[in-house]
Amino acid sequence: MSLYSEKVMDHFKHPRNVGVIEDADGVGEVGNAKCGDIMKMYIKVENGILTDVKFETFGCGSAIASSSMATEMIKGKPLSEALGLTNKAVAEALDGLPAYKMHCSVLAEQAVQAAILDYYKKNNIPYDEADFKCVLCAHEHDEHGGDDGE
Amino acid sequence: MDIYADHAATTKMCDAALRAYADTAAKFYGNASSLHTAGQRAQEVLSDCRARIARLLGCDARELYFTSGGSESDNQAITSAAHAGAKKGKKKLISTAIEHHAVLHTLKKLEREGFEVVLLPVGEDGIVEVSDVEAAIDENTALVSVMFANNEIGTIQPVAEIGALCKKKGVLFHTDAVQAVGHIPVNIREIGCDYLALSAHKFSGPKGVGVLYARRGAPLSPLIEGGAQEHGKRAGTEDLPAIVAMTVALETSIADMDASEKVLKHLQDRLIAGLSKIEHCALNGDRVRRLPGNTSFCFEGIEGESLLLLLDEKGIEASSGSACTSGSLDPSHVLLAIGRVHDVAHGSLRLTLGPENTEEEVDYLIESVKEVVEYLRNMSPVWRDLKEGRRQYIL
Ligand SMILES: Cc1ncc(COP(=O)(O)O)c(C=O)c1O
Ligand SMILES: [Zn+2]
Repeated sequence: MSLYSEKVMDHFKHPRNVGVIEDADGVGEVGNAKCGDIMKMYIKVENGILTDVKFETFGCGSAIASSSMATEMIKGKPLSEALGLTNKAVAEALDGLPAYKMHCSVLAEQAVQAAILDYYKKNNIPYDEADFKCVLCAHEHDEHGGDDGE
Repeated sequence: MDIYADHAATTKMCDAALRAYADTAAKFYGNASSLHTAGQRAQEVLSDCRARIARLLGCDARELYFTSGGSESDNQAITSAAHAGAKKGKKKLISTAIEHHAVLHTLKKLEREGFEVVLLPVGEDGIVEVSDVEAAIDENTALVSVMFANNEIGTIQPVAEIGALCKKKGVLFHTDAVQAVGHIPVNIREIGCDYLALSAHKFSGPKGVGVLYARRGAPLSPLIEGGAQEHGKRAGTEDLPAIVAMTVALETSIADMDASEKVLKHLQDRLIAGLSKIEHCALNGDRVRRLPGNTSFCFEGIEGESLLLLLDEKGIEASSGSACTSGSLDPSHVLLAIGRVHDVAHGSLRLTLGPENTEEEVDYLIESVKEVVEYLRNMSPVWRDLKEGRRQYIL
C-alpha cells in the first residue's frame, strides 16, 4: 500500500519499544476508543533523563508508527527536551503523514507529555503548565475529512 | 499467497467481458446517434444489450437507462422522484440508516433543499422492519428507498414486501441493487419497484458503467443535460464497449449463479466457523439473510486499518469500516446502525469472496486473521485493560 511512506511502514511493521514498563516512573494514556486511537506511554527517569520508554497503541498504522517514532526520538533525552517534541517533528521524522492522519501523530506528542506530567505529579515536582498545554486542555487538533469511495 | 477478498469493493473483469470489451471497441466504433452505417451498427448493438439486460431483470428494454454506474443511478432515481413529489406537495423521503453514501448523500442534499428525510433504523441483524416502513409512510411521502443488499455487512433486505407495500400505498419505491444483481436472484417484476440501480463492476463487468431501471411512467429527469441519448434522460455518447461488456458479464454471472452460490456458501460457512473461534469477536449482520460472498466481523481490542495493512503484507486484500480507513472520525455508519459501539466498530474486517476463491485460501485467511489479531491485541492498551479487568468486554 502506498498510502504511507516507507518509514511509516517500517515503524508500523517493526515498532520499536513496544510493551510495558512494570515499575514505570510515569505513565500517560491519551486518546479514546471512540475516536479510534489510544496511546499509552511508559517512562523510566533517572537524573532528569528518560532512560527507558515503552508504548502500547490501539490504532491505525500511523498511530502505531507515530508512537514508535516518538519513543525513539525521546529515549535517552532529558525531560526538558522530550517535552519539546511536537507532532510535526514526529510526522517529519516519518517522512510525512497523509493530511487526514496528522491527528494520529498529535496523540504521540500528547502521550509523551502525559507520561512526563504523571512523573512530575507522582514525585511532587513543580512544573510549568505551559509545557503541558497539549494534554491539559485536551483541545482538538487536525481533524479527518472526506468519505469512503465504494 | 495472494488473495483478493474485496469483491464488494469491486471485481476483476471476467474473460468473456474483457473480450467483448475489446471486440466492441475494435468493431463498433461508430457513434450510436449517427445516421450512417457505422453509427447504426452501434445503435443495433446498443438496443441488443438493452433487450438482453431487460430479459435478465424482468422488465421492458424501454425502462432501462445506461449510466456511469451505481452512484449516478441512485442519484438520478432519488432526485427525480423527490422533485416530482415536491410538485404535488409531497416532500417526505424515507430510507434506512444503512444505505450507501450514493443514497445518503443525495438525501442529505435534498434535505438542505427543504425535503424531510426519515432514515429508518435496522435491527441488530442489519435488516429493516417492513412494519417500520409502513408506519413511516404518510400522505406526504414522495419516495421510499431501501437497498436490496448491504455493501458492508451483506444483509438482504425484504425488498419484495416493501415493494408491495409501496404499491398499495401509492408511493414510489427505489432500491439500490448494486450489491445484489449478478449475485442473488433479482427480478424487477417480483420486487415491484419503480427504480432500481445496478453497477457492472460488482459482477465482473467494467467500472464506470451501470443501469438505472425506471418503471414506465415513473418520473425521471436528467442529471446530465445535452444530447438526446437514453430517451433524452441521460446525455452523452454511450460507452458501447463497456455496455456490451456489462451485458456479457451479467449474462455470465446469472448463468453461473447457482453454482457460484453453492461454492460461496460453502466458503462462507468455513470462514465464519473459523473466525468465530477467535475470542471476543462477532459476526456483523444476520447469519442467514446475507449475501453468500460477505463475511464481516468485529474484533474487540484492535483497530481495523492496522489489521488491513498487516493482512496486505500477507497478500490478503480486504476492507474495514474503521474510522481510520474511511477518512472520517466515525467508524462505518452501518456498524453503528446495527448497535456496534465505537470501540468495537473500529475493529471491523470485511472479507468478500468470489467464486474463484478456494477452500485453501479460506484456511489461509483464517490463520492469517488469527495471527494478526493476536499480534495487534498484544500491543493494544485496550486489550490489556480488558484482560486485566479494568474494562468490560463488549463482545
Ligand atoms: C450498495 C452500493 N451502492 C452504490 C454503489 C456505487 O456504485 P458505483 O461505484 O458504480 O458508483 C456501491 C459501490 O460502489 C454500492 O456498494
Ligand atoms: Zn488513526
